[in-house]
Amino acid sequence: MRPRFVIGKLLGALSTIAFVVVFDFFLFRVVNGDPINSMFRGRNLTPAQLDRLRVKFNLDGSKWEQFVAYVRQLLHGDLGYSLKSSRPVATVISEAIWPTLLLVGTATLLAMIGIMIGYRAGWRRGSKFDAGATSMSMLTYSMPEFWIGMVALGVFAAGLGWFPVGGLNKPGSTETGFSRLLDQLHHMALPALVLGVAYIGEYMIVARSAMIDTSREDYLQLARAKGLRDAEVRKRHAQPNALLPVVSLSAINFGFVLSGAIAVESIFSWPGIGQQTQFAISGPDFPMLQGLFLLISAAVIVANLAADLLYGYLDPRVAGR
Amino acid sequence: MSQEVATSVPSPASIRWSRRLGSIADAWRSLRRDKLAMISLVVLVAFGVLAIITPWISDRDAIRAVNTADNPTWAHPSGSFLLGTDYLGRSVALQILWGARVSLFVGLMATLLTIVIGTVVGVVAGFFGGWTDAILMRITDWFLVIPFLPLAIVLASVLSRSLWTIVFVIGITSWPFTARLLRSQVLSVRQRLYVDRARALGAGRTQIIGRHILPNVTPLILASTTLTVPIAILTETTLSFLGLGDPTEVSWGVILNEAREKGAVGRNAWWYYLPPGVAIVLVVLSFTLLGRALESVLDPRLRER
Repeated sequence: MRPRFVIGKLLGALSTIAFVVVFDFFLFRVVNGDPINSMFRGRNLTPAQLDRLRVKFNLDGSKWEQFVAYVRQLLHGDLGYSLKSSRPVATVISEAIWPTLLLVGTATLLAMIGIMIGYRAGWRRGSKFDAGATSMSMLTYSMPEFWIGMVALGVFAAGLGWFPVGGLNKPGSTETGFSRLLDQLHHMALPALVLGVAYIGEYMIVARSAMIDTSREDYLQLARAKGLRDAEVRKRHAQPNALLPVVSLSAINFGFVLSGAIAVESIFSWPGIGQQTQFAISGPDFPMLQGLFLLISAAVIVANLAADLLYGYLDPRVAGR
Repeated sequence: MSQEVATSVPSPASIRWSRRLGSIADAWRSLRRDKLAMISLVVLVAFGVLAIITPWISDRDAIRAVNTADNPTWAHPSGSFLLGTDYLGRSVALQILWGARVSLFVGLMATLLTIVIGTVVGVVAGFFGGWTDAILMRITDWFLVIPFLPLAIVLASVLSRSLWTIVFVIGITSWPFTARLLRSQVLSVRQRLYVDRARALGAGRTQIIGRHILPNVTPLILASTTLTVPIAILTETTLSFLGLGDPTEVSWGVILNEAREKGAVGRNAWWYYLPPGVAIVLVVLSFTLLGRALESVLDPRLRER
């Protein structure tokens, strides 16, 4: 990889983070001119109390002073205080990250089946299998994730009673060790399946078009000319090469994956980032929203950067140019 | 009469128009052969007609809570309520009918805004190049990387709750895809000989853009529009479901939001949460299928996919 490529990508990611930081400030302090008033609307507070709150939330002083204070806080990892729980936003978010990663990770593993399906569909383009797989992926793409979740809850939890209706564990459970883990898996099964179904089409489409692009390459002709069987050409020569775009697009899809979790988590009362987002919206709890937006964006930006660098490493043609 | 037409010399404008009409007819003929696209078109026209005539065939007041006190609540589908009633005794079928108006309106308006911003940015960046291009593409990249739904959520939560807020939010978050697409197309059109020729003959920028660039990217804009509508409708649904919609209007997302909050799933009131989702899937799927068919008709390079 040329240093120029790496530095270019790094600067791009840094500028995006800077843009998010400025945008976040602009949105919550400039567009929303007097946050304290809109946050505490309807509560009987004296002007003196409001002033004290302004100092507490760093809302006194000019916009420029506020911006400097806001950036200084961010650099210290301080995201302010949640209005609802009065706890530090950073703490609330860091507690919510693990359930989300667990859920999203499991769902992504399930959705990997989509890559295998996409490879087969792309290899036999125009076949019945391809037509069926493509229509399935378009159908799942058309369904809002949370609606799939509602239907799944209605059928499997409320109707058949196979799964609990939500949460991370049984309420008030004191179980420990293995039985607690089983209970947690039981609670996670339905939301993970729902998200998996929602993601599978996306992975399938990406894998399919990667396979179609790869199948035009000359080295596949050569492999066939050598007399390799069709399955061998696909497994040994086509699939490894078709993995490249899949890797990078999966990382780029990270934002899409997290977004899917927002609505699904709130359906299943899964105590992660998505549920916190839903709570913050209903407040509205502006410091929480601000922190969540910053964190989710930063995660997606870093994932994109990692994908770009990985792609450049795996495919030197990209980074060399 | 026909002799007269044959002998008179046609004006450039009439040649241009007959060619355009000819290519539209060609595109229509290849689209006609696509069965799925035709079914989608029929579904969309049906939804469109229903949404337009709703005010004449039903009364908006029939689904206002103040007027439904005498209706049974949580009623199963029956002769008097085709899709049952909700927790306030409002007809679910009527809500879906009125919701179609809001969902389609927001979807189409948001798409219009997306396409306008995307086209302006894409054409300006592609045509002028240089610094203009670099700055516009940097901004586009920012918006491409920042996750779309969280951005829409923070924007909608800061602004006041209204349909136009949702339209604005979707437009602001989804234009970059169109901008990228159009820019690359403009870059290739700009290189063509007839653009050089027009420039050599003294055509100004406005004339080149208006006469040569825009007509050449119009098919792309059309396909992109058809593929943006489903995204806009899904986003409206998600935002309304999360409680960011206009509380005074009924959209499909708002119905689903209320169904969840009032515990329709736990009560097994499938007639409340199933039909709005089916309506969303039908409309979104139809737009997607039609868009893909249009894309492959208008862009022959995609045909082999």
